[in-house]
Amino acid sequence: MSLLRAEGLSKEFGGLLAVDKLSFEIAAGTVHSIIGPNGAGKTTLLNLLTGIYAPSGGRVWFEDSELTGRAPWEFAAAGVARTFQNLQVFFNMSALENVMVGRYRQERCSLASALLRTPALARAERACREEAAELMRFVGLAGWLDARADAMPYGALKRLEIARALATQPRMLLLDEPAAGLNTAETSEIDALIVKLAERGHTVVLVEHNMRLVMGVSDHILVLDYGRKLAEGSASEVRRDPRVIEAYLGSDIGARGAGATVH
Amino acid sequence: MSWLASPRTGGMAALIAVVAALPLVLTNNYFYEVAILVALNAIVCVGLNLLIGYAGQISLGHAGFFGLGAYGSAILTARFGWPSLAALATAIAAAGFLAYLIGRPILRLRGHYLAMATLGMGVIAAIVVATEDRLTGGPDGMPVPPLSLFGAQLSGEATWYWVVVALLVLAVWLSLNLIESPAGRALRALSGSEVAAEVVGIDSARQKVRVFVISAVYAAAAGSLTAHYSGFITPSKVSFFHSIELVTMVVFGGMASTFGAVVGAAVLTTLPQLLTAFKEYEMMALGAIMMGTMIFMPRGLVPTLAALAAALRARKEAP
Repeated sequence: MSLLRAEGLSKEFGGLLAVDKLSFEIAAGTVHSIIGPNGAGKTTLLNLLTGIYAPSGGRVWFEDSELTGRAPWEFAAAGVARTFQNLQVFFNMSALENVMVGRYRQERCSLASALLRTPALARAERACREEAAELMRFVGLAGWLDARADAMPYGALKRLEIARALATQPRMLLLDEPAAGLNTAETSEIDALIVKLAERGHTVVLVEHNMRLVMGVSDHILVLDYGRKLAEGSASEVRRDPRVIEAYLGSDIGARGAGATVH
Repeated sequence: MSWLASPRTGGMAALIAVVAALPLVLTNNYFYEVAILVALNAIVCVGLNLLIGYAGQISLGHAGFFGLGAYGSAILTARFGWPSLAALATAIAAAGFLAYLIGRPILRLRGHYLAMATLGMGVIAAIVVATEDRLTGGPDGMPVPPLSLFGAQLSGEATWYWVVVALLVLAVWLSLNLIESPAGRALRALSGSEVAAEVVGIDSARQKVRVFVISAVYAAAAGSLTAHYSGFITPSKVSFFHSIELVTMVVFGGMASTFGAVVGAAVLTTLPQLLTAFKEYEMMALGAIMMGTMIFMPRGLVPTLAALAAALRARKEAP
């Protein structure tokens, strides 16, 4: 059964259709990549799937509940988490606190217990701190446990956002260009992290330009062009698709990639 | 000694030590009066700092809530003969409820627009106080009966001092607890990145209204006590200028620092008293000090000094 279902999803900006009647499903426990040239509507689509934009048309279901037009926090409550292409880190906090914020929904407390700092809350806080630290170690930030977020380098912040998203215990994790702006070594670390997430059974939706990364980790790829679905299928299906080769991969990559296996 | 460095333990200990030792130098009633006004302003600023400093939402109308507390207490006790404690509780609850009603629509606004909307809210409060003269005494103000607790009248500068500083310590303690709770992190997340806060499941509209109500309750409580303490209340306490004064104290002391709010209130309440030595240049001197502080310490007094102390300590430890 599919975890997320989009039906005829559209988003219009001043007459321009950034996403145009898109329908697709995302199966649980898979790595689902969304690729396409710049301006194909990938980030717009991610914003539609997390409630940051309300669609101009169409509907979104997550499991059995319809989330069309709901606020981002309601998507989060349903189990959708994401990272941002152009970092949205809480720079006014420590790295650990950034991840602790991710546990907001599990750690909810009454205002009175927060103001009075009840013993139960103090205990929950210690546990929350420990779990956040564990997540930071998981994404490879063990060396930054005591750091302020504004003192961290770009590559570490990318992973901090993943740790924060994981802290929400999501049913589905959307990663918006996690490797953008990273050097080769950092990219292969992100690569390994996504593989690790997939192995743990996370449902991952990946928007990424780095084709080696996409082809290597994806169970399913959705190719967008001008906001429309150009092709869909497994990595090998997509890379053989002539329309994809034409519009996106470029004929040389298509020729080289056809039939070849990627690690 | 890590507990000394933490605001919730070390900071509280320092605050309690200061307010306990202060009477040693408060040698006359005038000094007591200044100290009491500092504590009352500090209570407002600790609440306002939760809204401005931590949650990143501006309010240029908090004198309105201060005034609602002050005039609410004054009118209910003087005009309707209510017991002062019941009047105080009612005035505070009314301010909280009003903040909830106003907060829902105006906290959708951001930045300059929110500033304008809260400014409008404060101006309306000032106009109501000035024109409803049968209830409020209009521009002349009105006398306020003394505060009585369970039949005993609260009088004498020293008694007031202990009551007010106890409430300040309580206000600071509640604020420090809140900030280090999941709810407090949610507030700080709003000022860090509202969109990121939303996608981890924080209902930003609800959180903003909540902190707006808390800050209004702090302001109204201090307003009500100020009215009872002074024995007289005038519309100047509800004015736009008073709102600006409160925001200035928060910014000057250091945003997103509970002790910064206390220090800001202390400095900006006492400074005008000290600067009377400059006679007619008093306001100019005050302005120059404030400009200088903001140019050289843009993060405010307490965060800048704390960072400086941490840097010095690090240099001492590194051989």
